[in-house]
Amino acid sequence: MGLSLSPVSCLLSLNGHMSYEPVIGLEVHLQLRTATKLFCGCSTKFGAPPNSQTCPVCLGLPGVLPVLNERALEWGIKAALAFDCEITTRMKFDRKQYFYPDLPKNYQISQYDQPLCQHGHLDIEVNAQTKRIGITRIHLEEDAGKLLHEASQTESFVDLNRTGVPLLEIVSEPDLRSSDEAYQYLVELKAILQYLEVSTCNMEEGSLRCDTNVSLRKSDAEAFGTKVEVKNLNSFKAVKQALEYEIARQAVLLDRGERIVQETRLWDAKGQTTESMRSKEGAADYRYFPEPDLVPFVLDHSLIEQVRATLPELPQSRRTRFQEQYQLSAYDAQVLTQDRTLGELFEGALQAGAKPKPIANWIMGDLLGYLNAKGLEPEAVKLRPEWLAHLVELIDRGTISGKMAKDLFAQMLERGIDPVQLVQEGGWQQIVDVTALERLADDVLQANAKSVEDYHSGKVTALTHLMGQAMKLSKGKANPKHMTEILQRKLKENNSAREVRP
Amino acid sequence: MASGELASKTIHELQALLRQKTISPLEILEDLLARIERFNPSLHPYLHVDPERLRLQLNDVSKRTGALAGIPITIKDNICITGEETSCASRILQGFRPPYDATVIERLRAQGAVFIPRANMDEFAFGSSTENSAFGVTRNPWDAERVPGGSSGGSAASVAADLAIAALGSDTGGSIRQPASFCGLVGLKPTYGRVSRYGLIAFASSLDQIGPLAKDVQDAAILLSVIAGHDPKDSTSAPVPVEECVASLKGVVKGLRIGVPSFTQEGLDPDVRHAIEEAVRVFERLGLKTERVELPHISHSVATYYIIATAEASSNLARYDGVQYGFRAAGDGGDGALLNMYLRTRTEGFGAESKRRILLGTYVLSQGYYDAYYLKGMKVRTLIKQDFDQAFQHCDVIVMPTAPSVAFRIGEKLSDPLQMYLSDIYTISANLAGIPALSMPCGFSKDQLPIGMQLLAAPFKEDFLLRVAHAYEQATEWHQRKPVLKGKT
Repeated sequence: MGLSLSPVSCLLSLNGHMSYEPVIGLEVHLQLRTATKLFCGCSTKFGAPPNSQTCPVCLGLPGVLPVLNERALEWGIKAALAFDCEITTRMKFDRKQYFYPDLPKNYQISQYDQPLCQHGHLDIEVNAQTKRIGITRIHLEEDAGKLLHEASQTESFVDLNRTGVPLLEIVSEPDLRSSDEAYQYLVELKAILQYLEVSTCNMEEGSLRCDTNVSLRKSDAEAFGTKVEVKNLNSFKAVKQALEYEIARQAVLLDRGERIVQETRLWDAKGQTTESMRSKEGAADYRYFPEPDLVPFVLDHSLIEQVRATLPELPQSRRTRFQEQYQLSAYDAQVLTQDRTLGELFEGALQAGAKPKPIANWIMGDLLGYLNAKGLEPEAVKLRPEWLAHLVELIDRGTISGKMAKDLFAQMLERGIDPVQLVQEGGWQQIVDVTALERLADDVLQANAKSVEDYHSGKVTALTHLMGQAMKLSKGKANPKHMTEILQRKLKENNSAREVRP
Repeated sequence: MASGELASKTIHELQALLRQKTISPLEILEDLLARIERFNPSLHPYLHVDPERLRLQLNDVSKRTGALAGIPITIKDNICITGEETSCASRILQGFRPPYDATVIERLRAQGAVFIPRANMDEFAFGSSTENSAFGVTRNPWDAERVPGGSSGGSAASVAADLAIAALGSDTGGSIRQPASFCGLVGLKPTYGRVSRYGLIAFASSLDQIGPLAKDVQDAAILLSVIAGHDPKDSTSAPVPVEECVASLKGVVKGLRIGVPSFTQEGLDPDVRHAIEEAVRVFERLGLKTERVELPHISHSVATYYIIATAEASSNLARYDGVQYGFRAAGDGGDGALLNMYLRTRTEGFGAESKRRILLGTYVLSQGYYDAYYLKGMKVRTLIKQDFDQAFQHCDVIVMPTAPSVAFRIGEKLSDPLQMYLSDIYTISANLAGIPALSMPCGFSKDQLPIGMQLLAAPFKEDFLLRVAHAYEQATEWHQRKPVLKGKT
């Protein structure tokens, strides 16, 4: 049955009854951005025409055999190391068997009892405290295809491009205790994976998928309550909202003394509710057994060390270092490290000679503002770190004003050109030539006699008006500092002249 | 050349004639086609023959160069050839034309071989008689009322009847060796991993191997040397170099040790027992020493095999669901349409034995039973393999019967599948242990039906097998006898 209560009203009404602790686990499926699929040489590129990236192997034609993609294995190991997991010594695969049209062999090659790695963790910040969230296991498996139902009333279509794309399944311990923590976990997980450059981590494209399990228990209870799985979550925000709804739904039921049904529910983003899936009889029996077409092998220690050597600086380390090395605040460090590109832009600009604070401000303010407005990821813009340094330098030297810099910044991003070059193209340079400014000032004062009068009678705003006129006349290029000085001087001279007149 | 003379020749004989330019590839093919036209309708080793399509292959320039240039090789209906119908003798794959070549086909093609596809078989290789074919039984050329053996019955019958020069079959529990035995041929199952499985429509992934069925040991060696070797497309293929199979035929056998297992099976035909004992004496006369060897766990072979093989088969056959290729039952739409389509397609598409094995295999892997059956089976399998490892410390080649009897009558064993399973007792253990094994003619029964002797060797020791087999063949004449056929007049 569906409860049409908004989560907020639920929480409010439960204020007196809120003695339940949510217990949350997250299961993330991550597509690895290897050039080819996990067991064949087909491309993994997103967005190709249906069934154009297939071959006999990933189509599961009679007689074909899988061959493991070594790069996928390496990247799996990379992730295992980044999350501090214990890596298995003996690598083996298993068949997970079930029938579905998007699964051509009607089994998925996955890992069952000996996953790639286990017992890892990642840390999140909760109320300014670090909380460690366990990662139960990570394993490699192949993705299934896609079914398309919308094109016809009577038929569904199968697109097998995605079949065989390498996936990492990352399962957390049920250590999360709120929808906020879950959100934080996902943000940090994505950041780490993005730093590793093993995935595009894009929920819209489906390269990062997330399901969640949530149960409630009395705050002092030891045992876990009955857990409910929630699927069809298309964004981190949806995960948070779905958890909030589900927690409230379960709380209401428990308050009434009702049982929670162990089931899978789907998140309905439109209606902002979870709905029960049509119930299946009993849990699925996947009849796992070791994949006989892939020979188990020992994971060589030297391979693991080789991969370890390729690990980049991870978000947490970079955060700490930025605070120590550049005296950035914890907040600034957090923002600058949420995406690997931002941190690299920041340090690259410093290497080109700029100072930390102004660069941090440009990135956190203007760059992120631009990206958010356009819905772009930092990697999407052609911005070179030296350009930020150049921009700040142009302002410092007075070649352009702070305000002009903002426009120049936008141009720089749109056109992907060094601001120094843009300024040279012409039309950007501030007018700093004193003679020119003097002439401008004279013109302005002459054309705005009333304002001059106002100024002399004590109206300070008159100067602002005169400045405005001066900027307008100079098409925004007059150096504001110089302009203000010159106007003030001329007004004073003017005044003295007036005073002198009998 | 008289009619049927070229068809009766071996690969090496034809190679010599072609080199001398006494004959052309077209003459070989035409001779075979004439015999096929005459005898295939009654014998039925081929599910379908398209003479024009076969002749067109000779237009291909590549058929003029290579070790097998212009030589037709018969291919079992479960090995993929680009564009050729490959149905595993099953309705569910009727009309399926693979868009790719099996690796063995690629290798034969590279040597200029011509292919005669669609050799009949038990559906999906499930069987020991070819009676489980969805498209009709194949008859034994030595006695048309009897089975040719299975599952490579079409491959064996065609070679024995000179409707083929040589053939490829597949062997999971004896499916090359037992038909070779019933039809008086040489049949070789290579070491697991010796020959690529890419393009072999899978029955049991950890047991299947492709191998030759031939008129003599030299032909078997020639085919093995072409198809064997590591294949990057098959992760289970062994990175072990292939020795000179043909050259090693002439090697010294004197001093090699023949292992004779001490176990005796009930139900071993006295004619077969006698023929094997005689064969051992031939080996002794050739200077080989005999040793008694123990294979303590071999009595568990059949049970172990039918757990592991059916489990893997049930999984490998899951893909036949009508979604993408092959037969799809007409649906009736509405609720539950997908499940309905799956059930009807597989019910109508699979034969009885296929369904039996899928059910067994699914059961064996299901929750609560995996440990007791599949896992246990794999452990016993290790014990069986260790038996052979031990035995090969004391001998080079083990001798035993291939089958407990000569070819049985069509329909005789169909009523009791377990009886059929038990007849695999001698061949199955080689698949479980992954070792190479060969069957060759070693006598005839009172009813003049061929008796086969099986030779087994340690992993990757096909050279021992072929050498010992060749020496025996040179010292005997069984391989020169041919059946007399009654065909279309």
